[in-house]
Amino acid sequence: MGSQGGFYQSKEFLDLVKSIGEARSKAEEDRIVLGEIDTLKRRISEPDIPKRKMKEYIIRLVYVEMLGHDASFGYIHAVKMTHDDSLLVKRTGYLAVTLFLNEDHDLIILIVNTIQKDLKSDNYLVVCAALNAVCKLINEETIPAVLPQVVELLAHPKEAVRKKAIMALHRFYQKSPSSVSHLVSNFRKRLCDNDPGVMGATLCPLFDLITIDVNSYKDLVISFVSILKQVAERRLPKAYDYHQMPAPFIQIKLLKILALLGSGDKQASENMYTVVGDIFRKCDSSSNIGNAVLYECICCVSSIYPNPKLLESAADAISRFLKSDSHNLKYMGIDALGRLIKISPEIAEQHQLAVIDCLEDPDDTLKRKTFELLYKMTKSTNVEVIVDRMIDYMISINDNHFKTEIASRCVELAEQFAPSNQWFIQTMNKVFEHAGDLVNIKVAHNLMRLIAEGFGEDDDTADSQLRSSAVDSYLHILGEPKLPSVFLQVICWVLGEYGTADGKYSASFITGKLCDVAEAYSNDETVKAYAVTALMKIYAFEIAAGSKVDMLPECQSLMEEFLASHSTDLQQRAYELQAVIGLDAHAVESIMPSDASCEDIEVDKALSFLNGYIQDSIEKGAQPYIPESERSGMLNISKFRNQDHHEASSHGLRFEAYELPKQTVQSRIPPASLASTELVPVPEPMYARESYPTTTVSSASSDAGSTELKLRLDGVQKKWGRQTHSPATSTSSTTSQKTVNGITQVDGSNTSNSRTRETYESRKQQVEITPEKQKLAASLFGGSSKTEKKPATGHKISKSSSYMVEKSHVPKSSMEIASEKKAPIQQPPDLLDFGEPTIQSNAPSIDPFKELEGLLEPTTEVASAKNHSSTAAATKSPDIMGLYTDTPAGIHNKDDSDILSGLSNPPVTHMLDGTTRTQVAQSSKGPNLKDSLQKDALVRQMGVTPSSPNPILFKDLLG
Amino acid sequence: MIKAVMVINTQGKPRLAKFFEYLPLEKQQELIRNVFGVLCSRPENVSNFVEAESIFGPDSRLVYKHFATLYVIFVFDSSENELAMLDLIQVLVETLDRCFKNVCELDIVFNYSKIHTILDDIICGGQVLETRSTEIMRAVEEISKLEAAPNAITLIPKSSSGWLSR
Repeated sequence: MGSQGGFYQSKEFLDLVKSIGEARSKAEEDRIVLGEIDTLKRRISEPDIPKRKMKEYIIRLVYVEMLGHDASFGYIHAVKMTHDDSLLVKRTGYLAVTLFLNEDHDLIILIVNTIQKDLKSDNYLVVCAALNAVCKLINEETIPAVLPQVVELLAHPKEAVRKKAIMALHRFYQKSPSSVSHLVSNFRKRLCDNDPGVMGATLCPLFDLITIDVNSYKDLVISFVSILKQVAERRLPKAYDYHQMPAPFIQIKLLKILALLGSGDKQASENMYTVVGDIFRKCDSSSNIGNAVLYECICCVSSIYPNPKLLESAADAISRFLKSDSHNLKYMGIDALGRLIKISPEIAEQHQLAVIDCLEDPDDTLKRKTFELLYKMTKSTNVEVIVDRMIDYMISINDNHFKTEIASRCVELAEQFAPSNQWFIQTMNKVFEHAGDLVNIKVAHNLMRLIAEGFGEDDDTADSQLRSSAVDSYLHILGEPKLPSVFLQVICWVLGEYGTADGKYSASFITGKLCDVAEAYSNDETVKAYAVTALMKIYAFEIAAGSKVDMLPECQSLMEEFLASHSTDLQQRAYELQAVIGLDAHAVESIMPSDASCEDIEVDKALSFLNGYIQDSIEKGAQPYIPESERSGMLNISKFRNQDHHEASSHGLRFEAYELPKQTVQSRIPPASLASTELVPVPEPMYARESYPTTTVSSASSDAGSTELKLRLDGVQKKWGRQTHSPATSTSSTTSQKTVNGITQVDGSNTSNSRTRETYESRKQQVEITPEKQKLAASLFGGSSKTEKKPATGHKISKSSSYMVEKSHVPKSSMEIASEKKAPIQQPPDLLDFGEPTIQSNAPSIDPFKELEGLLEPTTEVASAKNHSSTAAATKSPDIMGLYTDTPAGIHNKDDSDILSGLSNPPVTHMLDGTTRTQVAQSSKGPNLKDSLQKDALVRQMGVTPSSPNPILFKDLLG
Repeated sequence: MIKAVMVINTQGKPRLAKFFEYLPLEKQQELIRNVFGVLCSRPENVSNFVEAESIFGPDSRLVYKHFATLYVIFVFDSSENELAMLDLIQVLVETLDRCFKNVCELDIVFNYSKIHTILDDIICGGQVLETRSTEIMRAVEEISKLEAAPNAITLIPKSSSGWLSR
């Protein structure tokens, strides 16, 4: 009878469900549900409803609420049901309240008492139901009311109750750690519970506790390892098997815990090696759950202190994942790869084709995961390809959330690894153009500052080339319709500051463009403000240069409009512009010095330049200034007369205004500093505070104190773009390059990066049928597939502090890795990132924006020069510099089949063995034509054929 | 921890929704709609994982499985393993199958409270509590026994074919 054990339902409910199921539109469904709500409202308040009927009503209410309709009129009835004596009615009541109410609902107070009673019940089903409710409904304030009972239940004879009691305690811990901190030891005790299920449940809270504080639980490593061992050896009852795996969920939790405990702890990790190795062997990779355990093993291995053997097993498992047809496994494989490359970056090479396949996969989830992986393995050799791909993908998607994420990642990568400033600006332009409204405003200020400061060195020609190329590109981009506001701000600023600097464009041309912008985006006040200020700068430069200024008619009409603008900001700017135009050349020059946006401004806080004026006024009989402290004393005296009133008010409400905060006494901006404030021309206080922290770390903190900081740029660490490293370091690195290279700067323009590209292109010309994918692979994985892996590691580590964990690993036994790990710690990370690009940045090429295309220069000479420089540079950073320069030289000397084999046939077996790595790398360098042919055949077999061309894919390689 | 369990049919109607962190009603509905929007646009034969951060906020993953007319969806954070969650869906569905002998969408609708009972046994406070379907069945049967009553219960019509595709 019944629906095979289903709980009792009435015909009415079935009809309701059926009619809702048959509803053809949302409106029809809503109508049915509203009718149902009416019925329920009526029925539920009738007196003497049979319990069974009431129970059904409540279920129907739950159902109605799931469909998105408010059922709050019935909450109180659900609460009443929890008081019932009948278990079934009570359970329904608890179910309903857990679904209806949140922990802060007013009705909870009516349930707490019932819960207290039920927790003491003899019937374990009642206790379980109450514990379920405890998990959901007890908040921080009510925890003490039930805590004693819950703790008692930890020793309940029924294992189901013990499990739930642990979960309830865990929940308390999540909600308010302090309220149960004295009970945490109970979790340890329960770890030794006779019942494996309870033990398994205990792992959940322990995992949380260990995540927060690893060190207090190091003593449990041995216990966890032995539990895991027993589980893996099938010592648990058969009932815990799932798809022929012994208690896989417990294994997974344990592996997660071990990963936490072994992270950066050699001693603890050594205890785990055996058992993790065992699981690797025993795992059945044909079932889903087996792969889940395998994946968790990989995560564990990549987290604990590295062990070559385990890393090898992990790499094997990853390659099985990636080769699988299942998208799920590929996804897990990509994820696992991302974890493992932190430890052994060279492993990525083996899977380059698989990774590229995933990038092309129709499955969006997989694609995104792969981009995440690429993001993790970006370094200066492949940044261009990766960022280009990311931008292409960013343009193709509509999901704003992910667009924002990709945009910010592009910006981050570009800032860290940009091979040249030109490339950086181009990339930023693309990001702004397609996701301008999604990126942080700071990025825009960053870009402006980069353009303004150039390289922060004495090489002015390169700086001005950078600027004029930026101006060129912006004038070009302005032709596009509908640009994001942030991008327009950058454009206006750059045009104002540098539009006429190189004399290529006339002032009237630039001002015309600026007026166009202000007109085209007439509802964007910020853009208009930027445009007006840019106009002012252009005119000021013209006046300072002694030429006559003729305002364009459209500019004049624009100014008239702004002079009457509703925005006081625009108005002020327009008036300022008017005033500036009326001044003589000398005055204008001191107000708006050309190219002075980065100059520090001295702020005379004492306002000493006003002394003469004050003196005059005092002589004329003005009152001298009375300091605030004295002034308030006077006020008290003056108030003395109405003291009574004052007394009275001091007890009651206070009617006087509060004193002004002390800090409001601030110096005004001296007019001479106008030009430099233009970096952020919008004077709203919010805005200024927004933008200035981007320039400095220190000011960001002091800004919080709401002191007006607009001008305090002195003595401040430069924060972004290439300027991340302090001028001192950057100069030293470049000068060492210059002097030791002994070659001209023109040669220096061939960075290893550009040379890498060049070799790919030349290779393409020679080998006609090279699979296109391999080429992408080469550009992605190229850096690491060449002779050395160290630069990669250096970059990985230096990339961000998120790898702190990894850093804390003591390196593998081999000396080589030790040095590799140390290198980035000794030096500021950015030095590594930009050490190479600096060479190129010094290049005085004719048109920097075209430079990227014109990279086909002879490289042999450079290669030798580089080798030379590498030895010299070695004095400073023994490994890193040398490696950069070695890499491209190595490629160039090899013939094409070598490169291919090097790329497509990585030394799989030895990859993980730290001690033999160098040798392996050497051997892989040698000619291995046969292998490469085999690999190529395999690639074709696997369907990774060049017959499926993808034009976008190789655009970046073919130039 | 697990943040939510949902069962949505292929027309977008929620059949079961359980959120382990409290969310207001409107938010729940919005999430269900968003999830359905993502799922129904996914092609066949792709992975069972979906980027869920844009729907559920940072640190959230979504695993789903498509059975005949239903999507079963688990949302959880990084402390869980995706593949294991996929198997947890399997555990849930296997249990339902045992419980209802060849379970179908209607079983879930009509036995709403029972499904919740099963789910409460598997997941408690967002943590995986029990993965043995035999054990879950035993607990559910114990309650069913109490349920046995003289009142006649209408026979529930079932769809002809099972929806459990494995």
